Amino acid sequence: MLFQDVVFWLLSVVAIGCALGVVLIRDLFRAALLLVAVFIAVGGFFVLLNAEFLAVVQVLIYAGAIAVLIIFAVMLTRDVQQGNPPNKLQIPAGIFSALLLAALVVVAIDTQWNFLPESERQSVELVQTSAVSTIPAEALEEAGVTGAAEQEEAQSAGLADLLIGRYVLPFEAVSVLLLAALIGALALVRPRPATPNPRITGSDAD
Amino acid sequence: MSFEAFLIVAAVLFCIGLYGSLARRNVLAVLMSIELMFNAVNVTLVAMAKYLAPANLQESIASALTGQVFAVFIITVAAAEIALGLGIVFAMYRTKETVDLTEAAEMRN
Repeated sequence: MLFQDVVFWLLSVVAIGCALGVVLIRDLFRAALLLVAVFIAVGGFFVLLNAEFLAVVQVLIYAGAIAVLIIFAVMLTRDVQQGNPPNKLQIPAGIFSALLLAALVVVAIDTQWNFLPESERQSVELVQTSAVSTIPAEALEEAGVTGAAEQEEAQSAGLADLLIGRYVLPFEAVSVLLLAALIGALALVRPRPATPNPRITGSDAD
Repeated sequence: MSFEAFLIVAAVLFCIGLYGSLARRNVLAVLMSIELMFNAVNVTLVAMAKYLAPANLQESIASALTGQVFAVFIITVAAAEIALGLGIVFAMYRTKETVDLTEAAEMRN
């Protein structure tokens, strides 16, 4: 437990420090690299929270794909030298964020959370950590899941099972959303047609 | 490493992202800040999946994974958002030669 605590505080310091760097550093390229550090630290949180599959997805999609896309965009736009100046809203935004943070912390500490009972913790942990593989029957016996039907249910419980089963409608909606976003992004960055939009050329002449 | 510690770290990340998305002028910095906020929400969801008791845990042990399923959805939506957001950034850069948000004021008034 002590080791996990040390890892947690280390990851917290890295995540918060790098996140501050992302919003405060003027050099956009460095900010993007710090963002990758935040993503990896959050992946570490996922490992601590029994979500190994999400940790892998986090590194693959965030630290891999999204970070590369952002760095690509930073390189392509020529405003890199100009950096990342704050706008007029800096002070009100800081006050608003600080107030929201205070409210969130108070809520997190004050609320009577409905914690998982100690008796269920071990079996829930088994289901969560082995969300993408099969749990051996002996491990289930040890965790207190003894009935044959319950054991089978715990073994078949997985992220994929839930995604294609109970949450199939949001799953399909998200796939349509991804397709729409893909087509939308393609339509946005496609080269302009041969006849230019008269409104745009008009404003350019001004 | 209590539940509240995870919530507080996620709240700090979220508020840093909120500050960044409100106070920065570069549109890419705003997109990065929004990604920070997505990540904070994901940490909260997964922490709740680990520590809190879902309503129907007795009927199906799989509901212990609900928080992780929602985190998967959020990651997908974040990927769609960043693809579309960068498309808009490039369209803006092509027409205005800048990625400064204070310059993007055509819809004012």
